[in-house]
Amino acid sequence: MALSLGFHIIFAEIGIAMPLLMVLAEWRWRRTGDAIYLQLARRWAKGTAILFAVGAVSGTVLSFELGLLWPSFMELAGPVIGIPFALEGFAFFTEAIFLGVYLYGWDRVSPRAHTVAGLIVAMSGAASALFVVIVNAWMNTPTGVTVEGGRFAAIDPLAAMRNPSTFQQVVHMLLAAYVSTGIAVAGIHAAVLVRRRRSNRLFHHHALVLALTMAIPAALLQPISGDTSARAVARWQPIKLAALESQFATERGAPLRLGGIPDEDARTARYAVEIPRGLSLLAFRDPDAEVKGLTAFPHDQWPPLAPVHIAFQVMVMLGTAMALVCAWAASVFVRGRDVAQHPRLLAALALLTPAGFIATEAGWVVTEVGRQPWIIGGIMRTADAVTPMPGLFVPMMVFALIYVGLATIVAISIASLVRETT
Amino acid sequence: MIGLPELIAGVIGVALNAYALTGGADFGGGVWDRLATGVRRERQRELIAESIAPIWEANHVWLIVVVVVFFTAFPAAFSTLGTVLHIPLTLMLIGIVLRGSAFVFRSYGPHGRSRWGLAFAVASVITPVLLGTVIGSIASGAVATAAEHVRISGSFGEVFIKPWTAPFPVAVGALALALFAFLAATYLTVDARDKDLQEDFRVRALGSAAAVFVCAAAALVLARSAAPRVAIGVVGALLIQAATAAAAVTAIAASWRRRYRVARIAAAAQVSLILWGWLLAQYPYVIPPSLTIRDAAAPAVTLRLLAVGLAGGAVILLPSLGYMLRIFKSGKVEK
Repeated sequence: MALSLGFHIIFAEIGIAMPLLMVLAEWRWRRTGDAIYLQLARRWAKGTAILFAVGAVSGTVLSFELGLLWPSFMELAGPVIGIPFALEGFAFFTEAIFLGVYLYGWDRVSPRAHTVAGLIVAMSGAASALFVVIVNAWMNTPTGVTVEGGRFAAIDPLAAMRNPSTFQQVVHMLLAAYVSTGIAVAGIHAAVLVRRRRSNRLFHHHALVLALTMAIPAALLQPISGDTSARAVARWQPIKLAALESQFATERGAPLRLGGIPDEDARTARYAVEIPRGLSLLAFRDPDAEVKGLTAFPHDQWPPLAPVHIAFQVMVMLGTAMALVCAWAASVFVRGRDVAQHPRLLAALALLTPAGFIATEAGWVVTEVGRQPWIIGGIMRTADAVTPMPGLFVPMMVFALIYVGLATIVAISIASLVRETT
Repeated sequence: MIGLPELIAGVIGVALNAYALTGGADFGGGVWDRLATGVRRERQRELIAESIAPIWEANHVWLIVVVVVFFTAFPAAFSTLGTVLHIPLTLMLIGIVLRGSAFVFRSYGPHGRSRWGLAFAVASVITPVLLGTVIGSIASGAVATAAEHVRISGSFGEVFIKPWTAPFPVAVGALALALFAFLAATYLTVDARDKDLQEDFRVRALGSAAAVFVCAAAALVLARSAAPRVAIGVVGALLIQAATAAAAVTAIAASWRRRYRVARIAAAAQVSLILWGWLLAQYPYVIPPSLTIRDAAAPAVTLRLLAVGLAGGAVILLPSLGYMLRIFKSGKVEK
């Protein structure tokens, strides 16, 4: 399941952000009449179509998997999380319809209707993400339910949707989608611009500029969103914060640890660089604030420490790198220079091509593994939610194979799409 | 008494019906793609691809709607189905994945058509069969029996294999495949742009109508022993059965006389009536003969919100769907 989601999250990110690029390109084409923009819009529309088709399939698998792998979780939580899932279903439906109109309707509907169709695709993609992330936020910090004897005695699905993690997680996820996809697209075209001096430069130049237009604002906002997310985690999921930072002891003026490998026996993170009082300052805006350590909680409620800590470091590092490179690109834009004439910037972008997706996966590990051993924070343990069917590794392997297959298909299709243009 | 749970069950029925009529026909299209023959083989395939490509994703979403509304409104039933029918549902998912991938590869991938054509065909056959099998095993009461075995920890075979491998579910699976092929052929006679292609698919429509008849007869005979509730329900509800038969006869007669638009409506009506015949026959049970709609239903607050959400969604969705179909299925025959 985690594996399915791990794949799906990437498909979904591109599926959210690609339509925005495609509409941006179409809009530029209609404004300037420059045929290169039309070419780009069509190319990105194809990319969107690939990702949407695969996203639709992997989304179907996920919705079934909920019942196939986690029947007890669904029996308990279905009435609560079903509402956002149902809304997501409608958003997805709208997206499917208008993507069909967009892809096959170039000469069947008016130009304005066509652009609007693209816009609807982009918006409903974002709406889908909103609803799905709401579910995840609820699993982290469940509200709107009262538990009695392992059952929900009273539920309020609307209150559940307004749980304390919703806002931060949704913003963080949407920004991540725009950054990751924007950086990846910019990176691909930057790589071509660095290597080849002549062929089709203008095409790649336009593509790069559009991709950066989307990536820059999102990349600069993302650290702010990350900061508010971390503060929300500090307040609502203290044990997760402790795991992220390998904070074993409860202390005032806790340091911020960069890098390092948590060592559970020694109760410390080895090889980490410590910034005194950094964590207290960042998490609570007070250098002397008390940060709860892992030892404040029963050992059987600790998440797996190493993956969570390392994933968090990876996410923050890559996020920072992307924000810096985007700031650099922005300064080039502001000075009225041509980004395509900066070989070092192009090289940096090309280097960062997969960075957004890696950061996303790391972020996924942070929020999901960081919640373990719970499937619903503090209410239901993951081990109690899994299906009673014996030989579980068989379906697990089957689903893993399905997703590896899907990823291969996406990779091959996108590669052949990119090759057409180079 | 009809209340909110029954209404939402009805909505699920409607969505399932929509999926059968749209997504189901797309599977049928896959079958005919594989069975394309004669001098017009390539043109048959092109027609199938053209008529499915713009709409298959939207059609497919109906299934997601069914699943999502189902687990929101009837979590206990969803949990049971996910456990007992784990294997056929997983296989069905593989079919769905293969088919979606084949679509992607055909449209955007490098050239490798023939191999993916096979994947497409296999997926188009196994998915409807398994969908029908799942329905058949629910209707026959085998799922309920197996769910009891989970509780008393029965053997692997009793719980996870037996419910869906009996003759009745398999017959329903075959029936679903035949019905979808029949639907697809009937739709394609309307979508075809020239007389030759129309004739090709007319012959296929009539042929698959015969297959439908055989499978339906087999399912009905088996229903008498294996699925008592369905037998009582379907046979008892003579009106529905008569209407189904009338729709079937109309569809065949209209195809025969080349009244393709009439045939399309009649075929759609026939499939819908079979589906509703099943749903009404097992009313008020979700999983007969143990779990009723009321027993499986989520708390009232969830159902109320879901109803509001569904109504709101329908307001956005139905005009959009109408718009899409108007653009792509305005149906023009050039002679």
